[in-house]
Amino acid sequence: MKSEITIKSVRCKGCGICVAFCPKKVLGINLLGKVQVVDSEACIACGQCELRCPDYAIFVDKKVEL
Amino acid sequence: MLERSYEKYFRQNRLPHLWCPGCGNGTAMKSIVQAIETKNLDQDKTIIVSGIGCSSRASGYMNFDTLHTAHGRAIPFATGIKLANPELNVVVITGDGDCTAIGGNHFIHGARRNVDLTVIMFNNHIYGMTGGQASPMTPLHKKATTAPYGTVDRPFDACHLAEAAGATYVARSTAFHVKHLSDMIAAGFDNKGFSFIEAVVQCPTAFGRKNKMGDAPDMMKWMRDTAVMKAAWDKLPEDKREGKFPIGLFYQADFLEYTTAYQEVIDVAGGAK
Repeated sequence: MKSEITIKSVRCKGCGICVAFCPKKVLGINLLGKVQVVDSEACIACGQCELRCPDYAIFVDKKVEL
Repeated sequence: MLERSYEKYFRQNRLPHLWCPGCGNGTAMKSIVQAIETKNLDQDKTIIVSGIGCSSRASGYMNFDTLHTAHGRAIPFATGIKLANPELNVVVITGDGDCTAIGGNHFIHGARRNVDLTVIMFNNHIYGMTGGQASPMTPLHKKATTAPYGTVDRPFDACHLAEAAGATYVARSTAFHVKHLSDMIAAGFDNKGFSFIEAVVQCPTAFGRKNKMGDAPDMMKWMRDTAVMKAAWDKLPEDKREGKFPIGLFYQADFLEYTTAYQEVIDVAGGAK
């Protein structure tokens, strides 16, 4: 996994913008209508989800190898 | 995770905001604070003024001195602030209805005077908060609750309007082009004079649903596919412009700024002693 995805669920309204613009299909909407990571290994840390999230609910950081 | 640096510009106890799921206003608001951060504007010397409507709720979430004013009257309040203390950076957040209908006169006269304000108009093409009535910027033949067969009124092009009225910086971007929008706003801060930036945002709840434009991601794809950068737009033949709109910097001019002009009057007249 090259990235670290942080979700602030309390802010998420489940609009699906991050899911639609993810080029690697990393994200999905769960039964509660909130975003969740479905395939973390596929994430390339491009940040498209974070860029357009209207609710500032998802954050992607490149993982720093220690 | 490292907390994002723009979070300090939001009132954390007011988030999450009340905008609908998928509303573009949140993205546009983030673009504004990122532009403020880029230009290093002092948080204590930046004032956010807004009118009434969905867009104008933004002032409540932003951690500056803010003023949520009467419908359409954000620009007059902002003019007063700027004249009282020309050192301040005054930012106006308004919507398409607030700016071009209720505040239409204030808008053109603010531009005519060339007051040093940065006006950011969130254009969602409709009155969202009151239930989806047609605004002066609802595109021709698009549906609204007050136009069930499609509106027959020709819409304003707010950028043309601002330019014609005397604004010295006019630009447009969209909630899809987040970085571009932020850059357009940041360049507006640099202009000493009336700067107008139209931010096209998606309204999936009122405008999108009425016009069968799909959900929020579909509306963002619509912006991606129909917005054309200014340079490409200029080369686009007339017949291919149908259904598309240009984005980018449209107009920039140098003209004496209002508070400077007024200071000259104060100097001549002696001012209050």
